[in-house]
Amino acid sequence: MTSPQTVRLALKLYASLADFLPLEARKNNRLPLELPLGTTVGQVIAQHNLPLKMCHLVLVNGVFIPPQERAGWTLSDDDELAIWPPVAGG
Amino acid sequence: MAWQRKILRVDLTKGTCTAEPLNMDWAQDYLGQRGLATKYFCEEVDPKVDPLAPENKLIYATGPLTGTMASTGARFSVITKGPLTGAIACSNSGGYFGAELRFAGWDMIILEGKSPIPVYLHIENDKARLLPADEIWGKSTWDTEAILKKKHHDPLTRVSSVGRAGESQVMFAAIVNDLHRAAGRSGVGAVMGSKNLKAVAVRGTVGVGNLRDPKGFMQATVAAKKVLADNAVTGQGLPKFGTQVLMNVINEMGALPTRNHRDVKFEDANRIGAEAMHEKRPTDGRANLVTNQACFGCTIACGRISKIDETHFSVVNKPEYWGASGGLEYEAAWALGAATGVGDLEALTYANFLCNEDGIDPISFGATVGAAMELYDLGLIKESDVGFPLLFGSAEVLTKLTEMTVNGVGFGKEIGLGSKRLCAKHGRPELSMSVKGQEFPAYDSRGIQGMGLAYATSNRGACHLRGYTVASEVLGIPVKTDPLVTEGKAGLVKAFQDATAVFDSSGLCVFTSFAWTLADVQPQLQAACEGDWSMEKLELVGERIWNLERQFNNAAGFTHKDDNLPQRLLSEAVKEGPAKGLVNGLDKMLPEYYALRGWSKEGVPTLETTQRLGLSA
Ligand code: SF4
Repeated sequence: MTSPQTVRLALKLYASLADFLPLEARKNNRLPLELPLGTTVGQVIAQHNLPLKMCHLVLVNGVFIPPQERAGWTLSDDDELAIWPPVAGG
Repeated sequence: MAWQRKILRVDLTKGTCTAEPLNMDWAQDYLGQRGLATKYFCEEVDPKVDPLAPENKLIYATGPLTGTMASTGARFSVITKGPLTGAIACSNSGGYFGAELRFAGWDMIILEGKSPIPVYLHIENDKARLLPADEIWGKSTWDTEAILKKKHHDPLTRVSSVGRAGESQVMFAAIVNDLHRAAGRSGVGAVMGSKNLKAVAVRGTVGVGNLRDPKGFMQATVAAKKVLADNAVTGQGLPKFGTQVLMNVINEMGALPTRNHRDVKFEDANRIGAEAMHEKRPTDGRANLVTNQACFGCTIACGRISKIDETHFSVVNKPEYWGASGGLEYEAAWALGAATGVGDLEALTYANFLCNEDGIDPISFGATVGAAMELYDLGLIKESDVGFPLLFGSAEVLTKLTEMTVNGVGFGKEIGLGSKRLCAKHGRPELSMSVKGQEFPAYDSRGIQGMGLAYATSNRGACHLRGYTVASEVLGIPVKTDPLVTEGKAGLVKAFQDATAVFDSSGLCVFTSFAWTLADVQPQLQAACEGDWSMEKLELVGERIWNLERQFNNAAGFTHKDDNLPQRLLSEAVKEGPAKGLVNGLDKMLPEYYALRGWSKEGVPTLETTQRLGLSA
């Protein structure tokens, strides 16, 4: 059960950012988190020491969060926060 | 200079090889490779020609920077009328073959007619001849390359060939060079097979030395290489993770077409993407990915070299597939995997090896298998038609169908028709996820709206490499735009299409455009090539090429009605993810696009447009 004071979400780190995940989370690139209510995208990035230059593509539930909105973007229960360094393909 | 100023015309019917001067006026208008070869093609071939008739021609074309010290100067294109689509076909490949062709002193090879017997073309500098293909007809591209290198006592001979799929004219047969690089799309391999031409083998020692300003060129290429090295995508992301890094990105966005576009998320995406290729397998403790690989002169090196788990069911009794070979790129992994619902990385790698070995386009192949699986699911294809149930998600079905298609046996022959013909045959043409007969690549245009317009208007049928708005809509290159809206996408698509036409005509790889803009290419071209190659000129050349291709298609019988998407994408709303509730808004983008292009409502370039671009009306 989530307490009313916390939110449960998943942090997903891909490509070279996967190195910032604990070993057991690397296989699925996914780390479940329980965080205080009101935690923002910017705070999760800071708590995991993710270099800002490497947080290029930041998606919450698949939606891109522009850099200027990350500090104020509050995370909710069941959110999936996925982050990539600059990548491309084709 | 920069051009070798020489083309090789090969009359396969008569068995002659003749050198001709390159038309330098046209080179000034169309640059090289895609643009210049399209000009030759349009001048020489009736747009209504049957693609598999001797009257169709096949052009191998390099760009002025192919074989130079410019980064990624590896590229060449094959231009013809595609049997899969009936439209202009232009398939681009890397590896080492294109550079070797220039080292031998040629800009282009025009292949015409049909040989009475199977032959291959052997080029050694200015000496070119057709030789009987007895030892290689019926062989794979891998065997063909090995046999020809041995026969000509030269391991540096570069070979571009069709496998058994091209010989039997599979509608999406590819032409493979350097073992795992391919002119992959639109069935260019079937045209080569229809001409009884098995391979082109080339060795060149002349080199490319005729640059307009060698010192300026050196400076320009060094500066441009630094831009690639300093850029996080081309300097780090692509070498380490390859194009496959997109699998999880596009899946997270809910734009990964899954099971013939029924779904937009694939539950096994994380098992078949770049991260999975790096993961050590429990069976042998090794990763699927062995190393990365570069095409000639490339400082990015995005290519994947993989090794299949020897204990995997697909190869356990086939040691010939235990070695390292061309691994999965994103488009192939998507088509063989998500489009069919198969989440088995080793099975996809095996299927991909077979696609390279016998020369088929994994995008059209995988997408056609996905369509066949949907037809089976609907009861329109029966188990008795195939010999086994065509279940979505079955790795065994995928590997079996790949073997059957490359060998042209049983139901593999039906898959070899491509999805448009297959779905029409079973009474459900709308289930073919294609435009102008060519299958979509790996982006659902309901979740990335601009790609819907890019697909609908692509001159060679559905394709991501004609106008890759994913760069902007998803990756933020050069600027981030919202993938879920249609506003502004007409201009974005046009800009990408015109710029890409320039990259594709220069000899450079379009992947450089993740770091370079045309402003980085321009100084390299200007230093290498005589004439004016200003930004304004390049922009005009790109637009001219696009319009010339369009004119060919219009004359071939295509109309604005063919600038369309399958009904599924226009009327079935996405069920989950950010695009939930959306269909593609093509009707909102297309009229604006025509207006921006200077085309009539019927999609025909107006007189004003053709005059501005110096095209005949
Ligand atoms: S970026 Fe990749 S595809 Fe392009 S030339 Fe380099 S290795 Fe080849």
